Amino acid sequence: MLKIVKPLPETHWLSRLRRILHYGDRPWQGLIIVMSALVIVLMLSIGGLLWAKSAGARSAFGWSFLTPTANPNWDPVNDHFQAWPFLYGTLETSLFAILFALPVGIGVAIFLAELCPAWLRTPLTWMVELLAAIPSVVYGLWGIFVFLPQVVAPIGVFLGDTLGQLPVLGSLFAGPIPASGSSRLAASLILTIMITPTIAAVTRDVFLAIPNSQREAAKALGATEWETIWQVLIPFGKSGILGAVILGLGRALGETMAVTMVIGNSIQGGASLLHSGYTMASIIANEFAESVSQLHTDALIEIGLVLFIITLLLNILARYLVWQVARQAPQEARS
Amino acid sequence: MSQFSELMNRNRVARARQRKTANGIMLTLTGLLTILALIPLFWIIGYVIVRGGRSINLDFFIHMPTPMGVPGGGVLSAIEGTLVVTLLAAVFAIPPGVLAAFYAAHYPNTPLGVALRFSTDVLSGVPSIVVGLFAYAVIVVPMKHYSGLAGGAALAVLMLPTIIRTTEEMLKLVPHTLREASLGLGAPEWKTSLSVVFPAAINGIITGFLLALARAAGETAPLLMTALGNERFDIGQIIRGGIQGHQSVFTILGRIINQPVDSLPLALWKYAQQPYPERVELAWAVALVLMLFVLIVNVTARVWIQNRARKMKG
Repeated sequence: MLKIVKPLPETHWLSRLRRILHYGDRPWQGLIIVMSALVIVLMLSIGGLLWAKSAGARSAFGWSFLTPTANPNWDPVNDHFQAWPFLYGTLETSLFAILFALPVGIGVAIFLAELCPAWLRTPLTWMVELLAAIPSVVYGLWGIFVFLPQVVAPIGVFLGDTLGQLPVLGSLFAGPIPASGSSRLAASLILTIMITPTIAAVTRDVFLAIPNSQREAAKALGATEWETIWQVLIPFGKSGILGAVILGLGRALGETMAVTMVIGNSIQGGASLLHSGYTMASIIANEFAESVSQLHTDALIEIGLVLFIITLLLNILARYLVWQVARQAPQEARS
Repeated sequence: MSQFSELMNRNRVARARQRKTANGIMLTLTGLLTILALIPLFWIIGYVIVRGGRSINLDFFIHMPTPMGVPGGGVLSAIEGTLVVTLLAAVFAIPPGVLAAFYAAHYPNTPLGVALRFSTDVLSGVPSIVVGLFAYAVIVVPMKHYSGLAGGAALAVLMLPTIIRTTEEMLKLVPHTLREASLGLGAPEWKTSLSVVFPAAINGIITGFLLALARAAGETAPLLMTALGNERFDIGQIIRGGIQGHQSVFTILGRIINQPVDSLPLALWKYAQQPYPERVELAWAVALVLMLFVLIVNVTARVWIQNRARKMKG
C-alpha cells in the first residue's frame, strides 16, 4: 500500500534546512576561500610577527648585529649581542655540506633515473627518501656516540695534518680538532647525510622530466651513456639542479637538532672548519627557553627573522628555477 | 699516405677505448655513490636497533621517569606528551589543510590559488625552529606560560603544507567523470566535493595525514620554546584528580593542554646530554621507538599510496 507523504510546508525548519543544504555552494566556496586565505595569512604573519617582536634588538644594535667582526660580543649578562659567529657558522657548515652533498646527490640521481634496473628503482628511491624521514634528534644521538669518534675525528686529524699546513687554505682547516670530534666539520658531514636525499630526489625528477628525444639524439650521434649524461642531460637540466642545490641549502640552514648536538656550541672558534662553533638555529635552540632578558629574547628572535628571510629568498629562487625547467621541457619535446 | 691513415686509425681506436673506459668508470662511480649515500641509513637503523633494543623493556612504556641518577624508570610522560601535541597538531592542521586543498585542486590558476600554492611552498621551507618562535610569539607570550597547546600549534604549522600538498595530489587523482556524473545528477558542488570526490580519495589523504603526523612526532626544535618539557606530566593523575574533584570534561581537557608537556624527541635531546649512563641508555631506547614509528608509518603509507595511485590510473 502506497502511503502518500504530504510535502512539508515551506516554512517548516526541516525544509528550510534542506534548502540551505541544496544551495550550500556559496557557504562552501566561502569556507574553502577563507581557509586558503588563512594559509597565506599564516605565511605572511610568521614574517610579520618575527619582524615586530625583534624590534627591540633591531633598534638597539642596527646593522652591527649582523656585520662581520673579529671580536664577536655575545654577552647576555651585559645585554650586548652580535650575531656574526652564528651567521658565519651557519654559512660555513651549510656551504661545505652542499659541497660534499652535491656530487653524491647527482650521482644517486643519475643512477636512479638513468642506469638503475627497473626492479631496483622503487626500493632504492624509497631508501633514499627514508634517509630524509629519520628524525633529526636520532641523527644527533648517532652523531654524538658513533659518527663523531669513528668518522669525524680521524678525518679531522687527517685534514688538519694535510690541508691545514697549506698557506692560504690552511686557515680554513687549522687544527687540532677537539678530541671528541665535535666541530663544524662534524656538523657539515651530518648535514651532508641529511640533505643528500633532498638533492638526489629533486635532481632525479629533473632527469625524469628531460624528454627522451635528447637522449636518443645524443646516442644516435655515437655518444656513450656517460657522454649523454654529462654533455647533454646535465647541461639541459642545470637550472633544475641549481634549484635542487638551493632547496638543499635551505634545509641545511634551518637544520637544528642534529647540528646543535655535534657542533660543540662555542662562540669562539675562528674561521677553521675543524674548530667547534655555533649556528643560528642552534643558538636559538640552546638559549631561547633560558633567555635572561627581554633584549636577549629579542636578539634571538631577530636571528630567527634572518633565518626566515634567507630561507624565504632561497625558496623563491629554487621554485623559480624548477618551474623554468618544467616550462622548458614540453617546448623542447615539440620542436 | 698509408702511414698517415694508420696513425689516424690507431688514434681513433685509442680514443674509442678511452671513451669506453671513462664511460665504465663514471657509471660505476654513480653506483658507488648511491651505496655511499645509503650506508648511513643502514648504519643508523642497525645501530639504534641494537643499542636501543638492549635497554628497552615494558617499564619503559608504563613508568614515569625516575629522578636523575636513579636507575630504572620509563618515559611515560614523554609518550603521553607526544600524543597530546601530535593530536592537537592534527586537530588544528587537518580541517583547514583539507579545505584549502579543495581550493588548490579545483582552482589552481586563480590569483588566490597561485598565492596559496606559493605560500604552501614557502611554509614547507621555513625552518622548524622559526616556526617554534612564531608559536611562542602567538601563544606563549599572551598566555604567559609554556603549554602543550603552543607545542601543538607549532607542529600544526609544520604539518599544514604536507597535508595540503598530499590532499591536493590525491584529489587530482580522482577521475573527472565521477565529479561530472555527480554534478549531472543535480548534486550541488559542495555535496559532490564532500560525498563523492573526498571519499574516493580518502585512503590517500589519510596516508598523507599519517606521513605528516610521523614527521611532526619526530620534531624537536619547535617544542623547545613551546611545550618546553615536563617530566611530571601525567594524564592519568590529571584525569583521576579531575574526577575526584567533579570537574567537567572541558576543565580536565583544558588542564591537559594548558601546561608544559614532555615529548619523546625532547626527552631524547635532554637525556643524550646528561652525564648519567642509564639516562643515555634511555635516550637510545627513545630513539629506537621514535625511529621505528617513523619508519613503519613511512613504509606503510608509501605502499598504500602507490597501490592507490596504480588502482586509480588503471
